[in-house]
Amino acid sequence: MDADAIDKAPDATASWPDQIYDLLKKHGIRQVCLVPDAGHSRLIKRCLADNEIVVTTLTTEEEGIALMQGAWLGGDKAILLMQSSGVGNCINMLSLSQIHRCPMPMLVTMRGDFGEFNPAQVPMGEATQPVLEAMGTVVRRADTPEDIAATVDATIRMAFNTFRPTATLIGQRVIGAKTFGKD
Amino acid sequence: MLASSGKLDRRELTAALLADRGELAVIAGLGAPAWDITAVGDHPLNLPLWGAMGGAAMIGLGLALAQPSRPVLVLTGDGEMLMGIGALATIAVKAPKNLSIIVQDNEHYGETGMQETATRHGVDLVTMAKGAGFQRTMFVTKPDEVPALRAAIHSGDGPFFAVAKIDAASKKLVLPPRDGSIIQNRMREAILGPSAHHQL
Repeated sequence: MDADAIDKAPDATASWPDQIYDLLKKHGIRQVCLVPDAGHSRLIKRCLADNEIVVTTLTTEEEGIALMQGAWLGGDKAILLMQSSGVGNCINMLSLSQIHRCPMPMLVTMRGDFGEFNPAQVPMGEATQPVLEAMGTVVRRADTPEDIAATVDATIRMAFNTFRPTATLIGQRVIGAKTFGKD
Repeated sequence: MLASSGKLDRRELTAALLADRGELAVIAGLGAPAWDITAVGDHPLNLPLWGAMGGAAMIGLGLALAQPSRPVLVLTGDGEMLMGIGALATIAVKAPKNLSIIVQDNEHYGETGMQETATRHGVDLVTMAKGAGFQRTMFVTKPDEVPALRAAIHSGDGPFFAVAKIDAASKKLVLPPRDGSIIQNRMREAILGPSAHHQL
């Protein structure tokens, strides 16, 4: 991660990205689709290095909703990784999950959340949970590193056991908000 | 197969593409393509979409990646393809050999009052697909090109993208099953067998 980048990545000593990777393996997730995101950067690297996981980089997050539908039709378990701003791009496409009763787990790193500095991130950050819930998604938040693995585990289980969209929102408090040295 | 306009008849084209389909799985974009694949014979390996405009090609990608030895066809309209045009880049990069996308292009939004689409004004979807990285494409306007179009779907040499210019006249509505869970689960069972419903 570029130290001057606006987006923040998890601290190098954080264990939760590796815990998420272990959960993807435990649950037999075969397709991972994503729009690149600093919060998920370590997890993305691990998925790319895994020959048993098919990683699809999307041009917009709504493609991932449709891809999860197709994967499920073919017997693959899939998951979508994105940032909160990408949730807004998914809303109409999420109707697929309700119409077809299709498992669609999502892992969302939050921006526009705890301590955000960028005004442009705040509207979608504030709207992320309500709009997901408005589309029938079961949403759970993880706001401490210790909560993430259990919450992601629950999100994946609930998607595939009950055939619906589910999401874990990984709070900005976990990853940290950029301060530009103004602490 | 030509309508009085001199363009291909969409339903006869669909019938020709799906003849002797074998293991072919078909995702049909919302509107006329969904009615077309139903009109030529409802099938467990059909997933006609009632909504999710812009998503058909990506559903095809997810299915093609999950079932790499099975041919997968996305049959959709020009309006639907334009809405999710970025998918062409995503798909070309993944390059699944078993995925074909055929756009039945009538240059209009047929379900909403026949407003003109961008293809009516010179937007060339085949060129866009080539620009995205599709190596194999076709632009079809004549009946004698249809056998090659059908053969491309089954060739396993994809990803393949084609535009077929079709007559804009609407056809009799032939509606597919409306319960999305039924059309999903019958396709999953057709592909995966009864274990589809016991997967953990």
